[in-house]
Amino acid sequence: MNFVYEKILGGKNGMAALLILSAIILIVFPLFLDAFRLNLVGKYLTYAFAAVSLVLLWGYGGTLSLGQGIFFGLGGYGMAMFLKLEASSPENTAIQSTPGIPDFMDWNQITELPWFWEPFTSFTFTIIAILTIPALFAYIIGAAMFKRRVGGVYFAIITQVIAVILTVLIVGQQGFTGGINGITDLRTLNGWDITSDSAKYLFYYINAGLLLAVIIVSRLILASKFGHLLLAIRDKEDRVRFSGYDVGNFKIFIFCFAALVSAIGGAMFTLQVGFMSPSFVGIVPSIEMVIFAAIGGRMSLIGAVYGTLLINFGKTTFSESFPELWLFLMGGLFIAVVMFFPNGLAGLWNDYGHHITDRLAFIKNAIGKIQKTVFSKKVQEQS
Amino acid sequence: MNMSTNTDYTLAIEELTVSFDGFKAVDNLNFYLDRNELHVVIGPNGAGKTTVLDLICGKTKATSGSIKFLNKELTTLNEHSIVRAGVGRKFQTPSIYENLSVLENLEVSYPEGRGVFGSLFFKRTAKVLEKIHEIAKEIMLEDVLDMEAGLLSHGQKQWLEIGMLLIQDPQLLMLDEPVAGMSVKEREQTAVLLNKISQGRSVLVIEHDMEFVAQIAHKVTVLHQGKILATGDMEKVQNDPKVIEVYLGH
Repeated sequence: MNFVYEKILGGKNGMAALLILSAIILIVFPLFLDAFRLNLVGKYLTYAFAAVSLVLLWGYGGTLSLGQGIFFGLGGYGMAMFLKLEASSPENTAIQSTPGIPDFMDWNQITELPWFWEPFTSFTFTIIAILTIPALFAYIIGAAMFKRRVGGVYFAIITQVIAVILTVLIVGQQGFTGGINGITDLRTLNGWDITSDSAKYLFYYINAGLLLAVIIVSRLILASKFGHLLLAIRDKEDRVRFSGYDVGNFKIFIFCFAALVSAIGGAMFTLQVGFMSPSFVGIVPSIEMVIFAAIGGRMSLIGAVYGTLLINFGKTTFSESFPELWLFLMGGLFIAVVMFFPNGLAGLWNDYGHHITDRLAFIKNAIGKIQKTVFSKKVQEQS
Repeated sequence: MNMSTNTDYTLAIEELTVSFDGFKAVDNLNFYLDRNELHVVIGPNGAGKTTVLDLICGKTKATSGSIKFLNKELTTLNEHSIVRAGVGRKFQTPSIYENLSVLENLEVSYPEGRGVFGSLFFKRTAKVLEKIHEIAKEIMLEDVLDMEAGLLSHGQKQWLEIGMLLIQDPQLLMLDEPVAGMSVKEREQTAVLLNKISQGRSVLVIEHDMEFVAQIAHKVTVLHQGKILATGDMEKVQNDPKVIEVYLGH
C-alpha cells in the first residue's frame, strides 16, 4: 500500500496533482463542454501522449527527439488502415473499378490490396501492430544511434530527418498511403458508427483513461532505479558508463517506450478525429510536441498535459482570428519559456504556487478564526 | 589464454603504447601493481598520467601492448565489462549525479540491477540499504544521505564519488587527483580513508600534491612524456637526479 502511494501516486503532492488532472479531464470537461468541444479536447489529449513521452525522453533522459510525429503517425496510420479497410467493403465501394479496396487505391489504378495492408483487416492484429511496430522502429533507430554513441543535437537532427523522409514517403506513395490527403472517410469500428456522439464520448473517456494510465506507468518507471539512472545518464553519462552500465541500452529502452506512448496517442487521434494524414508526421507537428512539453514543463508528466491543452486552446482561439500570427506567437512563447522558465508551467507552479496555496490556507485559517470568535461570543451571550 | 604470460600482479601493463596522430602520449609503458598496494603516479602536465587511466578503464583504446587485470586482458573489453570485471575509476573533476540524493547516488552505483529490466525491477532491500549506510559511514557522509548531492561541498563530492566506487567493491581502484580542491583537514581525512580502502585491493592514484603523496604512497612512479622516469618509494624517487631535473630543471 505504501509502495502504491509513494511510487505510483508520488506521495501527497503527486497524488493531489494526479487527482486534480483526473477531475478536470474526466469530470469537468465532459460536464461543461458539448460533444463537439469535448471531441476537440480529446484530440488535444492525444497530442499529450507525445508530450508526456518527451518528458521521459527529453526531460529525464536528456535525449531530444524532434521526430515524435513519426511514432504518433505510425500509430495513427495503423488504426486508420484498419478503419479504412472496414469502410471499403465491396458493398460500399461497388462503384469503383476494383471494389473492396480503399478508394484512393482505386484512383491510383491499383487493382489489388497491397500485402502489407492485408493483416490490417484484423482488429487484434491492428492493436498489436500499433503497440509493437512504432516501438520496433524506435528500437532500430535507437540501436543504430545510441550504440554508436550518437546523441544530443545529432540525434535530434537525425530524428527530424527521419520524420521528413517518412512524410515524403507517405505523400509520394499515394496509391498505398492516401498521399497528402491521408486516409480519410473512416466510419465504423466493427460495424459501430465512430462518428456518433456516443462513440465520441466513449473514445474521449478511453483516451483520458489511457493517458492517466500512461502517466502512472511513467511515474513507476521514474521512481525505479531505472528512473534514477536516466537522470544520472543525462547529467554524467561517463560516470554511469564507468559504473558498469551499458548506457546505450537504457537510452534505447526509453526511446522505445516514448515511441509506444506516442503511437497510442496517434491511434486515439485517428479514432476521435476520423482521419490520419502526413501533416501529423512531419517536422511541424514533431516540433509542436516538443513545445507542448517545454511549455508544460519538461520535468513534469502532468505539466506536459496542461502545456498541451493550453497551447492547443490558444491555437484554436488565435488561429481563427490571426492565422499568420499564431506561429510567431508560439515560436516566441517557446523561446521565452526556454530562456526564462526552463521548467515551464510546472516549474512556475513549483516556484510560485505556494503563494496561491498559502493564501488559500490563510483564508481558511481566517474563516476558522472568525467562526471561533463568533462561536465564543455566542457562548458568552448565552451564559 | 597463454598461461606463460600470466602474473601474480593485480595489474600488469606491458609494452603499452597509444599514439594520437603520431604523438605518443604513452610510449612502451611497463607497469605492475600488487594486491594491497597503493601506488601513486606523479609527473608534470602532459606526462600521460590521465591517459594511462583512460587506457586501463577502456575510455581510450591502446595502439599496441597489453593490460592484464587479474590475468584478464582489458584492451579488448568495452567500458562496462571492464567495470564489471572489478576496475573502478574516479574522474578528475568530481563526477556525481547532482540532482539525486547522496543515497540515490550510492544506490545507482550499487552493483546489482545493471541491465535495463534489472534496474526497472530493482528493489531497495535491507541488504542494499545496509551496504549504502556502511559505505556512507566510511566516506563520512552518513549524516547527509538524504541531501541533494549538488549541495555537498567540493570535498564531500570527491568522497561521494569514491564511495560510489567502493560500493562496487572493485579489486582495482583508480583515483585521478582525489584531493584536488580540498581543505587541509579534508586532505588528512582523505589520506586516512585511502589508507583504509587500500586493504584487500590495489589502488592507483594520480596526484600533484607531494605532501599528500608522501602521506599515502607505498610506491611512487614518475611519468614523463609517456615513459616511466623512476619508480620506487617516495624517498628514492625524490632524490633521483632525473626526477629533480624534470621537475626543477626547466
